[in-house]
Amino acid sequence: MSDGTTTVGRSATRRPARSGWVAWAYVAPALLIYGAFLLFPLGRAAQYSLFEWDGLGESTFVGFDNYVEILFDERLREAFWHALVLVFFYAVLPLAIGLVLAALLTRSQVRGLGFFRSVIFLPQVIAMVVVAVTWRQIYAPDGPLNGFLRLIGLDSLTRPWLGDYTFTLPAVGLIGTWVCTGLVTVLLMAGMSRVPRELYEAARLDGSGPVREFFAITLPTVRGEITVALTLTIVAALKTFDLVYVTTSGGPGTSTTVPSYEIYRRAFQLGDVGVATAVGIVLTIIVFAINGVVNMIGDRK
Amino acid sequence: MKVSPIERGANYLVLIGFALVVLGPIGVIVTMAFGPKDASAAREGGAFHPENFPEAWEIGRFGQYMLTSVVVATVVVVVSVLASILAGYALGTMRFRGATLVFYIFLLGIMVPTEAFIVPLYFDLRVLGLTNTVWGVALPQIAMSIAFGTYWMRTYFRTSSLALIEAARLDGASSMRILWQVLVPIGRPAILTLVLLVFMWTWNEFLIPLVMSPNGAVRTAPLGLAFFQGQYTQGTALLAAGAVMVALPVVLLYVFLQRHFIKGMIEGAVRE
Repeated sequence: MSDGTTTVGRSATRRPARSGWVAWAYVAPALLIYGAFLLFPLGRAAQYSLFEWDGLGESTFVGFDNYVEILFDERLREAFWHALVLVFFYAVLPLAIGLVLAALLTRSQVRGLGFFRSVIFLPQVIAMVVVAVTWRQIYAPDGPLNGFLRLIGLDSLTRPWLGDYTFTLPAVGLIGTWVCTGLVTVLLMAGMSRVPRELYEAARLDGSGPVREFFAITLPTVRGEITVALTLTIVAALKTFDLVYVTTSGGPGTSTTVPSYEIYRRAFQLGDVGVATAVGIVLTIIVFAINGVVNMIGDRK
Repeated sequence: MKVSPIERGANYLVLIGFALVVLGPIGVIVTMAFGPKDASAAREGGAFHPENFPEAWEIGRFGQYMLTSVVVATVVVVVSVLASILAGYALGTMRFRGATLVFYIFLLGIMVPTEAFIVPLYFDLRVLGLTNTVWGVALPQIAMSIAFGTYWMRTYFRTSSLALIEAARLDGASSMRILWQVLVPIGRPAILTLVLLVFMWTWNEFLIPLVMSPNGAVRTAPLGLAFFQGQYTQGTALLAAGAVMVALPVVLLYVFLQRHFIKGMIEGAVRE
């Protein structure tokens, strides 16, 4: 450990004397487990990604070939493109809905807000597999969604939602919207409740309408919450696995395959461990990069 | 703030509309779970079929899968929360060389996607004979929970009263004693939140048990459900009943302790 990492300055004044090995003894169990079962395998992933290996026999060093394959393999390129589409459904759409919803609800005192908060947060605690099984039933050819469309006379819109090359990815994405919107809205409501009411009163005396109020007061206040919401939901979109595995297995064709699903398929079904780990490393880099960019924009004054 | 009655009315409409959009799909699966499982059940027993649950429990082997889930979740919660309390205590209240670096190393783990490290970990644990065991399924989840748990507990210990720690130290209490007899008792709400979050993540986890137990020896409840969906294709009532049973433990905890869930997931969102 280098000297540059010691904690001095602000925290030095409020903390007791240096503890040395006692502190390390407390950190040791956590650090050992975490190091052995997360950090070390992450390093191994970087190593594996430079080899061609089927998971059983001999491995061959291939340098960066596995990474080059990601660029040229159409299925993998598609998977990353689909992840980007899912970002729209998991992050952008919930943020848009959440901003409007939270602003509306914070402006007026409606009763039952606490109950509403609990309800819209509920999808966050339900196992994704259960969510996937549920929506598979809803989207089934003779399921409730098509039944509802027939009921209101929109027979022409009915289709096998999870068996259609154009509509399956948006259909899967909307499940993500259903899951994420509550989290985003609750986060934003918490942020907006910090705005002092006098600020709105003053703005109203100056004659600004609700839209102006929203852009001048509400939006700047919840900048931090927007950053957190985007980080959480974008990462969730990029890591989508259970949902695709249970609803579509990447199909029809390759129309809903995503990076995580490709990692699983290549490592354990096709015996292409090198490429699978390379995709994992690329995914990790993308997650960290997006995190960095979102936080950088969010922090800029 | 005063708003017009029309705007207030519109807000209630929006509120109810969104609540319905969220509750609709849940209503669909619960209704299906109580519906007739086939045409003959519909003829004989009318519209309400609670017997679907014991039948799905039996056919889908949910008893066995739930038990596996309970074992895995218990191991993950106990080990990761204990380790997180110890590490968070050191990082939150003690000054030592390398503390900041260690903290950032833990933070990193919160964001690393499971997909990235689970593949090589599977092959390494296979060599050690740990795949298809409870430990093989639990250890990677313990590691992930420790990353978040250490961050979470450090935040709590940093805000806990330093005067209290100082007073206990002057009384001659050892650092262990200060932790377990002073800080942990007053930190019960923060620890309960962590326990609930780790339990929920472990119970709902899919990829890790899928990869770590390819022969199905350690099949947790969500995997059992996915497996049941593939195996059992006659009718949807039993599948729906299975889905409700898998979701129920966490949903029940949420109903009673929702403040902890919401607080934990909102405040736990990393912002450093």
